[in-house]
Amino acid sequence: MHREQLELLKRIQALEFTATEFNLYLDTHPGDQRAFIDFSNTVRELEQQKELYTRNYGPLIVDDTARQPCWNWIDDPWPWEIEY
Amino acid sequence: MWIYEKKLQYPAKVSKPDLRMAKYLITQYGGPDGELSAALRYLNQRYSMPTNVTKAILTDIGTEEMAHLEIIATLVYKLTKGASAEEMERAGLGGHYADHDNALYYVDATGNPWTATYIQAKGDPVADLHEDMAAEEKARATYQWLIDLTDDPDLIDTLNFLRVREIVHFQRFGEALDLVQEYQNSKHIF
Repeated sequence: MHREQLELLKRIQALEFTATEFNLYLDTHPGDQRAFIDFSNTVRELEQQKELYTRNYGPLIVDDTARQPCWNWIDDPWPWEIEY
Repeated sequence: MWIYEKKLQYPAKVSKPDLRMAKYLITQYGGPDGELSAALRYLNQRYSMPTNVTKAILTDIGTEEMAHLEIIATLVYKLTKGASAEEMERAGLGGHYADHDNALYYVDATGNPWTATYIQAKGDPVADLHEDMAAEEKARATYQWLIDLTDDPDLIDTLNFLRVREIVHFQRFGEALDLVQEYQNSKHIF
């Protein structure tokens, strides 16, 4: 995997992790509106980065493949094969 | 339902193949306090939870445990990559090789297969959430013992990520427990 792709993947992992942390926190603090705004902003940025990744390197979820030129969902590397 | 995303939650990395560590690490795949136990415990307990907070937290932590299961699988895959039968045997994995070759299997560090007796669903939210909190502490301790067994800095980095997640999950389950008890007291259920 090329360096640029790997860096973008790591950025997505970091943003997704932030979203997960807000997700679990908000489950037990649903009234915290400030955390909710932070969650929403994180997810918006995450969506942009995922779209950029999908456009340049291929689908992250199978439905993304609908906007690809061909059935490249099966292409490697699969997650356990990536050398970080 | 669940949707698969073709990426790991965290960049799981090892410095070098290490069969000795693979033999120990597999317990977080199919051992008593491992990620399979965690995911199946939480995702199964949600059906008898009385509040939206507890239904949500078990769903979301259970889902994160599935992502952790994939990280453990990846680490074991990388630690055992390219190992020969002879090397497996020298590392005490001859029995594993006989039954599974280099395939992953849900076993603990001494080769015992995963069993549903590792987990419980009592139907009582207070009992179940206490089990979940204990499970997180046991998993945290297991990650600490695993970190103590290796000097591979990349492996330690990934194990440390997983160790800290257990602390966060313990915290969230504790908050959910408090809320369930408040709910029960307000409903006068004893």
